[in-house]
Amino acid sequence: MPLREVDNRPLWLRREPRRQLAIQAGWLLGLVLFLLCWKVISDNTIWEFLEDAGAQGMSLIGRMVPPDWTITGSLMLPLWDTLNIATVGTALGVAIAFPLAFLAARNTTPHPACRALALAVIVSSRSINALIWAMLLVTIVGPGVFAGMLAIALRSIGFVGKLLYEAIEEIQVEPVEAVTASGAANSQVLAYSVWPQIMPAFAGITVYRWDINIRESTVLGLVGAGGIGLQMNAAINNLAWGQVATVFVLIFATVVVSEWVSAKVRGAVY
Amino acid sequence: MTEAAAIRLQQAKAGRWRPRPFIGDPRLRWAINLAVLIYLLLAWLSIDVNWARVAQGLDRGAEFVASFAHPDFTSRGGEIATGLKESLTMTFTATVIGVVLAIPVGLGAARNIAPLPVYLFCRTVIALSRTFQEIIIAILFVTMFGFGPLAGVITLAFATIGFMAKLLAEDIEDTQRDPMEAVRATGAGWLQWINYAVQPQVMPRLIGLSLYRLDINFRESAVIGIVGAGGIGATLNTSINRYDYDTSAAILLLIIVIVLFSEYFSGYVRKWTQ
Amino acid sequence: MLTLRGLTKRYATGDLALDTVDLAVPAGQVMALIGPSGAGKSTLIRCVNRLVEPTAGSMELDGQDITRLRGRRLRLARRQIGMIFQSYALVERLTVMENVLCGRLGYVGFWRSFLRRFSSGDVQLSCKLLERVGLLEVLDKRGDALSGGQKQRVGIARALVQNPKLLLVDEPTASLDPKTSRQIMRLICELCREQNLAVILNIHDVLLAQQFVDRVVGLRAGKIVFDGKPDELTEAALTLIYGEEDWSATGEIDDEGGAGASAAEKPDPLATIVRGAHP
Repeated sequence: MPLREVDNRPLWLRREPRRQLAIQAGWLLGLVLFLLCWKVISDNTIWEFLEDAGAQGMSLIGRMVPPDWTITGSLMLPLWDTLNIATVGTALGVAIAFPLAFLAARNTTPHPACRALALAVIVSSRSINALIWAMLLVTIVGPGVFAGMLAIALRSIGFVGKLLYEAIEEIQVEPVEAVTASGAANSQVLAYSVWPQIMPAFAGITVYRWDINIRESTVLGLVGAGGIGLQMNAAINNLAWGQVATVFVLIFATVVVSEWVSAKVRGAVY
Repeated sequence: MTEAAAIRLQQAKAGRWRPRPFIGDPRLRWAINLAVLIYLLLAWLSIDVNWARVAQGLDRGAEFVASFAHPDFTSRGGEIATGLKESLTMTFTATVIGVVLAIPVGLGAARNIAPLPVYLFCRTVIALSRTFQEIIIAILFVTMFGFGPLAGVITLAFATIGFMAKLLAEDIEDTQRDPMEAVRATGAGWLQWINYAVQPQVMPRLIGLSLYRLDINFRESAVIGIVGAGGIGATLNTSINRYDYDTSAAILLLIIVIVLFSEYFSGYVRKWTQ
Repeated sequence: MLTLRGLTKRYATGDLALDTVDLAVPAGQVMALIGPSGAGKSTLIRCVNRLVEPTAGSMELDGQDITRLRGRRLRLARRQIGMIFQSYALVERLTVMENVLCGRLGYVGFWRSFLRRFSSGDVQLSCKLLERVGLLEVLDKRGDALSGGQKQRVGIARALVQNPKLLLVDEPTASLDPKTSRQIMRLICELCREQNLAVILNIHDVLLAQQFVDRVVGLRAGKIVFDGKPDELTEAALTLIYGEEDWSATGEIDDEGGAGASAAEKPDPLATIVRGAHP
């Protein structure tokens, strides 16, 4: 205990001195690392550019306000595409992630080798950003909505797969034992004791990922994978900041709505 | 017992039983089914796939998969090393700055400790930061600060603020009230109150979240290079556009390995802090 | 009905949970298995329906060797063995009726069970048992909306709907208050006698056991150290089973009363995302 007697007076310290020292050394190390990193960043920065950053920012905002509402009509179809990329992509990703999660969970996997393979797929899928998947897929299947959907699906596999297999590993064992003990086949054990336990998690994860995918799919157009990002990219390249602002407002509205929907669905399942 | 329930019971006794449907009202149920069906049909129509193009691209796809068997780390080794170093430094710097700034924003966005005007302001910052994908923010900051890693750091830090502050605020709103009232009752000042009543309750979560965000920032730092905000993204983008899949595979493998490593590391730290 | 010969279980950790147990339970007999915690009571009954694989020895159910059965034949054997759990082991998100019908899974194919198309015979039997345990009115309630005693009644109905020949009961009353405990014990014993089942009943509460069972077997460190009628359970016998203790001082042994529905809070699964998982 860090309560000691020094000169016949009780001395209370929060931690053992050695532990305290280790913690302080850790903080110091972190600080040094931060300063070193900052130096690397600073060496690679042309600081002269920063002098007019404020003015640049103000002029940017000035050109964005008011947004150019005339293009709103022409943005509706790209917005619809964006929504489809997110929704179909999520559905596709979930459809693949669902069986994968059962292969990856320690308590439902048929074989440790299966588990290792499934985990490798999951980690590769989620280490790589949807935009990178989109860049790759555009070179493979050509530009358009299809590449975007596949990119979203590929990224979602890892996310959904990981959370779902963790949910499967956390289920209570007694109901599984009870259904097994009644003479049920393995498929019935999954359907009657595992599935009901992971269903809320499954629904929550799916909707959560869909919500994220809406955001992600707004930028896939930058690399040619369809959706509202195409129009945004074109507007930026033309320096038409009023149009860019319109796109931003639409994205903001869509994201707010999707967040509301996802909160509703999650609330309904529990 | 209602009449419907009594009928259900009688039927069950006679051996006729079905589970209750998830949506009680049959009209609503069919309306929802129909709506889903129509949506799927429309969504399907919006995909227009050029199958000839896909068939052409499949060879390229196979080539890409095959390149993971022989990734090329050397021919663009210099660029990869610089890009990776830049990505890692950006990640760390941005996470530190973002977390430090997220703490006051998070405190301000917790309804149980912040006054209303502060609360509304902080919530607005969070909403703005969370709505827009990192790439969009990066485009704006690159326009303001010029090309280079500084724009990347600011982008990632800004995104970190939204993410961390929202979760931190929710965590603070979920803390137990009793210790907070007890500490306040001792006559502690505001900072003392935060330090003694709030901080111990949210600290482990804060550390866990920061490590998680570090991981996300690294993955994001690999793409914001596409719009000129520094990091490995530019090199990756070039290699993919040139169909130089061996180099792409090398970079992607490095990213996967680093993400895996960070996962082990954060798991270890989390165990240690609890 | 059930015969165990030299049944031994050694866990991977090296603990010897069962040490050459020989035991025969005839049809129609309610047998209590008592013993201190860790004596191997749970392991024994879990070996019988092969939730735990025995290391050595053999088990015979109604003349059939069930020690090494696999696949479909193991399921057919399990179908004849009902089990009641200490923690009820209901699938909490399924309704009472669905939980009871779980006991019929060994009799129906996957798709029929998946679509909940149980035969009218299955449904009638389930209703009859639910009525018997007094829960027919709540057949559409979800498992997590019931109290502890009600959950255990559903557990009993689920075990009996299998039409078992043997019933394994693992601490049925450990999570219940004294009054509910007695009701549950009475219900189990009555139903078993009606259907002439063989029963192995793990129980901590010796007094409760003495009032309801036909035979008591004492287990200590994986070995049978007592086998006799309930009234033969003297202080000396108790000392043999449980070790030294002043048995006359209090009448009860380890009666943990904890009743009521455990309205356990469901954690938000998404909380794990931010709590540290790395999706």
